[in-house]
Amino acid sequence: MNTWKRLWRHGAVRGGVLVLAALTIVGALAPWLGTFDPSAMDASFISVPAGTAGRVTLLDGSQIDHTFWMGSDSVGRDIWSRVLYGTRISLVVGVFTAGLAVVIGCTCGLLAGYFRTADALLMRIMDGMMAIPAVLVAITLVAVLGASLSTVILAIAVPEVPRVTRLVRSLVISLREESFVEAARALATRNIVILWRDILPNAAAPLIVQGTFIAASAVLTEAILSFLGLGLPADVPTWGNIMAEGRVAFSQAPGNVLFPALFLVPTILAVNLLGDGLRDVLDPKFAKRA
Amino acid sequence: MPHVAGDASRLVAPVLDVRGLQVALPGDADRSHAIERMDLRIDQGRTLCIVGESGSGKSVLATTVMGLLAQGLSITSGEVHLKGEIILGGGQYVPERRLRALRGRAMGMVFQEPMTALNPVLTCGEQVDELLRTHTNADSAQREAQILEVFERVRLPDPARIFASYPHQLSGGQRQRIVIAMAIILKPRLLICDEPTTALDVTTQAEILKLIAELRAEQGSAVLFITHDMGVVAEIADEVLVMHRGKVVEQGSREQVLHRPREEYTRMLLAAVPGMVPPPPRELPGGSALLSARRVGKTYVRRDWLGRAHRSAALHDASLSVRPGETVGIVGESGSGKSTFARCMLRLIEPTEGVITWGDSEVQSLPERRLRALRSHVQVVFQDPNRSLNPRRTVGSSLVEGAINFGMTAAKARELAETLMDRIRLPRAALERYPHQFSGGQRQRLAIARAVACQPRVLVADEAVSALDVSVQAQILDLLREIQRDLGLGILFITHDLRVAAQLCDRVIVMNRGQVVEEGPTAQVFSRPAHPYTQRLLAAAPGADVGVVAAVA
Repeated sequence: MNTWKRLWRHGAVRGGVLVLAALTIVGALAPWLGTFDPSAMDASFISVPAGTAGRVTLLDGSQIDHTFWMGSDSVGRDIWSRVLYGTRISLVVGVFTAGLAVVIGCTCGLLAGYFRTADALLMRIMDGMMAIPAVLVAITLVAVLGASLSTVILAIAVPEVPRVTRLVRSLVISLREESFVEAARALATRNIVILWRDILPNAAAPLIVQGTFIAASAVLTEAILSFLGLGLPADVPTWGNIMAEGRVAFSQAPGNVLFPALFLVPTILAVNLLGDGLRDVLDPKFAKRA
Repeated sequence: MPHVAGDASRLVAPVLDVRGLQVALPGDADRSHAIERMDLRIDQGRTLCIVGESGSGKSVLATTVMGLLAQGLSITSGEVHLKGEIILGGGQYVPERRLRALRGRAMGMVFQEPMTALNPVLTCGEQVDELLRTHTNADSAQREAQILEVFERVRLPDPARIFASYPHQLSGGQRQRIVIAMAIILKPRLLICDEPTTALDVTTQAEILKLIAELRAEQGSAVLFITHDMGVVAEIADEVLVMHRGKVVEQGSREQVLHRPREEYTRMLLAAVPGMVPPPPRELPGGSALLSARRVGKTYVRRDWLGRAHRSAALHDASLSVRPGETVGIVGESGSGKSTFARCMLRLIEPTEGVITWGDSEVQSLPERRLRALRSHVQVVFQDPNRSLNPRRTVGSSLVEGAINFGMTAAKARELAETLMDRIRLPRAALERYPHQFSGGQRQRLAIARAVACQPRVLVADEAVSALDVSVQAQILDLLREIQRDLGLGILFITHDLRVAAQLCDRVIVMNRGQVVEEGPTAQVFSRPAHPYTQRLLAAAPGADVGVVAAVA
């Protein structure tokens, strides 16, 4: 059976994909889903409870009728708008961090696994990187490069690289001994071409699975960093920032923390489920006996 | 009508009696039944050999009798009687407790791979002890005595040391003896052997076959021996049963099936087995050597944690040469160094000493960059057709990889691929397919085409037919001969199978423990072997009279 069909039949894959698709649509259509500018503060609607409706004055002076589905925060911003716009940021962070970590880790892993001299050098570098706590790396990078989306992506991706490198390296070491790789060498194929065409495609499956887990972890880490004030600037709507802002008045307005969490949890769960499902289908060792 | 193994008038119940057995395969398999309506009987003291190619269902028979059928397979009808007691009837086995009591006591099984049949973390003595503990009430001193005694019976050297050894510390032949010891220690009436010698060298195989025959004579047990090797059948069978795709094709005495086969399939199978007697030497075009190796050696250095160097010579002082149109065979058992030698000559590994020449260039220490340009001179076909083609590339793209590397344009490469497909007799449309859509034999043909696409002068076949069924093997050998004739290639053929070497090679070199012990024209080496190792090797080859099938009217 064709791989796409097998993937779709798997419950976890289906569930994960559907939830993520829904979130992507929500994030993409955010401007049209009853939201307004997420950084617009209206002092007359400070910390209103969920469901309040009223007339909001925007930054440019215009007024609109709006219902605060999730209430507002302590400076009058609409939580619903911030959460929806935050979806975009979280998904972007997840995808790009995973992509960056996978690309760098894969390159290093291929070189380390295939060329013995590169191996010694690269793995010692990776060992060094793994010795530094991830949050520390993130803090340092943000401090040095300033808080912005690209810095945050870099800060979360870099500590994930050693793990991917190790994974790819071990795959390459076993793939290196395969008959078809030996055959390619006998046919005078250049090493780079062998790596790209023979080894990489056969290492792709575990790599994809690892990538999805990195994405899940990235979304969570971004929320944590923002929560600690180390991530994106406070006015940028990310779930972590919303939760950080709402922490102060948590006992009076728990919604400010719980509503973003309501989106964060399913996102991470969906990505993890997707990863589990991909692993079940693509990695024959873990496949359940039919 | 079912053939009765042994004297039909015996009043004693047969040890194994299978009636109308049918085992169904799960829905998505390539046929409906693994075994279709099989009847067989084995009497005491007789050996029944089940012969068939891969996928014929012979292993399924063994697991059915033991009650170890894999998930997904189901018994649709039939009965199995062991020593007169019914153990399988109406699609149901007797209760698991009874089956467990019978396994080991009434029937013993010897599997193909001794390393995977033994638990790697228990000593051999402990594993056999476990069996005794389950089935007998003897105390530990008695059990140990029994185990040492059975180790002696299977001719293991130094039983006490083997008792305390782990499987990985023993050789393949010794491990298989341990498995046999476990199978026979409780003196079962039925011994089931599923390809027990396929993974062993031919000299070890000869010893194991002798052992099984001795034990059978000693204990009077019946032996169900499953194999694909006609030579082994000729050596040990009393009765023979031929299977093909789940059906019983022919059953009868050894004499009748091997020398007067009735069915077409049996005749085809026997005809495909290469004979041991080499054909008369043929005329060779002559010319200077296309590939030569002079005193090549490869020593591996392993450094232990103290930094001391441990040297092991995988290859020492090996020489050979291949001339145009000539087929040179390298024959040896596993560990003889033949694969190392082949890889040195292909420059897939670098030799530590010696001179290797491709045509006019010396290549033993050329750097990879300079070597690449020369690689079109020598090409290789590997052993495992399932893994020598990249599973994620279409066959068409794999086929012309070498040609494109050596400078052919994509358009010409496409034409070349089509020509090659015609030559190996596969449809041109198949170029778009992936390797897993072909059978093993077809994949090997594709691998040969890929090698030929580079227009080499020498083709190295590293056990190229060892993983194939005997009928497919014959086709591949014919293809190699044809290509050699048309292109004037030299062929270097590495194999452990003496029959193939006898039929295919003009000259043969025999290797043992990393050294060349004998070389010469095939006819001479096979009829008048000079070196004691060669003599032992030839003497150990089973079934010398198979392959000389009389034409059946």
